[in-house]
Amino acid sequence: MGIDIKIQKRLGAFQLMVQFHGASNRIGILGASGCGKSMTLKCIAGIEKPQEGWIRLGEQVLFDSQRKQDVKPQKRNIGYLFQNYALFPTMTVAENIGVGIKGSREEKRKRVGEMIETFRLSGLEHHFPRELSGGQQQRTALARIMAYEPGAILLDEPFSAMDVFLKDQLQQELAEMLKDYAGTVILVSHSRDEIYRFSQELLVMDQGKDVIFGETKEIFQRPRYREAARLTGCKNFSRIRRVNRHLLEALDWGIMLQTRQEVPKEAGWIGYRAHDFVPVWGERQENCLKVCLESVAKLPFECNYYLRPEWGEVSQERICWFLQRERQQEIEEKGLPDYLAFREEKMMFLM
Amino acid sequence: MDTMADIVTKLDWSPLWISLKTGVVATILSFFLGIFAARKSQKLGGAGRAVLDGILTLPMVLPPTAAGFLLLLVFGMRRPLGLFLSESFGVKVVQSWLGCILAATVIAFPLMYRNARGAMEQIDINLVYAGRTLGMSETKIFWKVVMPSAGPGIVSGTILTFARALGEYGATSMVAGNIPGKTGTISQKIAMVIQDGDYGTAGFWVMIVLLLAFAAVVFMNLGMAKGGRSKRRW
Repeated sequence: MGIDIKIQKRLGAFQLMVQFHGASNRIGILGASGCGKSMTLKCIAGIEKPQEGWIRLGEQVLFDSQRKQDVKPQKRNIGYLFQNYALFPTMTVAENIGVGIKGSREEKRKRVGEMIETFRLSGLEHHFPRELSGGQQQRTALARIMAYEPGAILLDEPFSAMDVFLKDQLQQELAEMLKDYAGTVILVSHSRDEIYRFSQELLVMDQGKDVIFGETKEIFQRPRYREAARLTGCKNFSRIRRVNRHLLEALDWGIMLQTRQEVPKEAGWIGYRAHDFVPVWGERQENCLKVCLESVAKLPFECNYYLRPEWGEVSQERICWFLQRERQQEIEEKGLPDYLAFREEKMMFLM
Repeated sequence: MDTMADIVTKLDWSPLWISLKTGVVATILSFFLGIFAARKSQKLGGAGRAVLDGILTLPMVLPPTAAGFLLLLVFGMRRPLGLFLSESFGVKVVQSWLGCILAATVIAFPLMYRNARGAMEQIDINLVYAGRTLGMSETKIFWKVVMPSAGPGIVSGTILTFARALGEYGATSMVAGNIPGKTGTISQKIAMVIQDGDYGTAGFWVMIVLLLAFAAVVFMNLGMAKGGRSKRRW
């Protein structure tokens, strides 16, 4: 269906300026807390009003400051899944689901019955929200939204307050429930895993502004901007000085890096993901960084090494190297590597 | 001194009915006015709200006699509004049962208003947003979502308002006076019989108001406990 947005909103010192045009039906918005991603979602739903710009969903104009159009949230036909689900505490499951349905009492009853069936809530019709588990609450909230057939669904950090086990389960459940939904779904999250799992297209936001918009996989591979790289999980950054087309100096790491691909002229930074280093023992090879260990964190399924580049003076930039558990054995046999090698295809040149 | 049995057999029960009637009517009026005012002040925000809130709360913190004086200033028989009401509609506020209601409502209203406002502010704003995105009208959201969620606060406000209106003395005595069988409420009766040294009758009426007020507050607590919110102890 597609969504086209350009909005501006000032809130004290904070300024929201977002623009993107999504063509797919599964869009993710990634950003740190307080970057304005929820505000953007609220503007789309009509709960908040932008000062300038437009919001179009498919053929429908929801907001246009120049044409003085501002469709009420009641008329936008957009479902909003709140972080805490916002189920009405004084209504039963069935009453919650029925609240948005238009039509006769009989139609309403039928539709509620269908939803109860679809969302596996049978037997819970007369329960109150506080008597439900987290998963049941999510299903009720989604059933309530789906019951009135919205043209788009907005998911506002639906998993951020959950424990890990439940989170994984509910993410999968939500994905399955939305599988057959033909409308646009926008998921807001600060978790790159959630976003990667869910969205075809991705908007990265930082401090109220859109950093980059594009295909999700493409952005994770080539974030192009430092903030986008950081938010997609990149841990290592260094300022660069471009020596020539195929040679650059990573200033914060104190090494020269050679590339077969051309270093883009506008790049001011290099980013490198913590999982992408190759350990090297003995002889120095091309694009190697000599490191010494600062600290180690052992996690259940991987090991995090925090290292310092070994050069002239003590550097401030720490290097993070994350190693999967299975590959840990090598380290135990040979000791810590002397060098970490950069693989060219994993280097990210950033603005 | 008469025995309690003598007092009860000879008793004029009119103060009880006048107080109850006044309490009920004043509570109904305060209920709607208080909720309406709470909603308005919530919408307003900023300095306008601080001022409005001050004015609406004033009757609660003002000495009731001062409130009575102000009411006389407005509704007195020689005052423009009082004169207008009595000449155009034949409505007499001063020295009438209407005066009882007016005084009780004005004094008790802030209790309703403040409780309603407090309860509404506690509501998860997302519930209102959810209602809007689900296509519910603002009126429906207010009565079906906001009010039930604010229930316990509204209930306690209503009962405190009733208890306060029931026992109002200062403003009532100034505006409505103490006309037996007409504006003579329980609290005025108590003051009057004490002046006559009739402690028996005064004691009887004190017992009645004590029971009424106590029952109201216990009733309120039981109602609140049912809501399941005050179960945690510490």
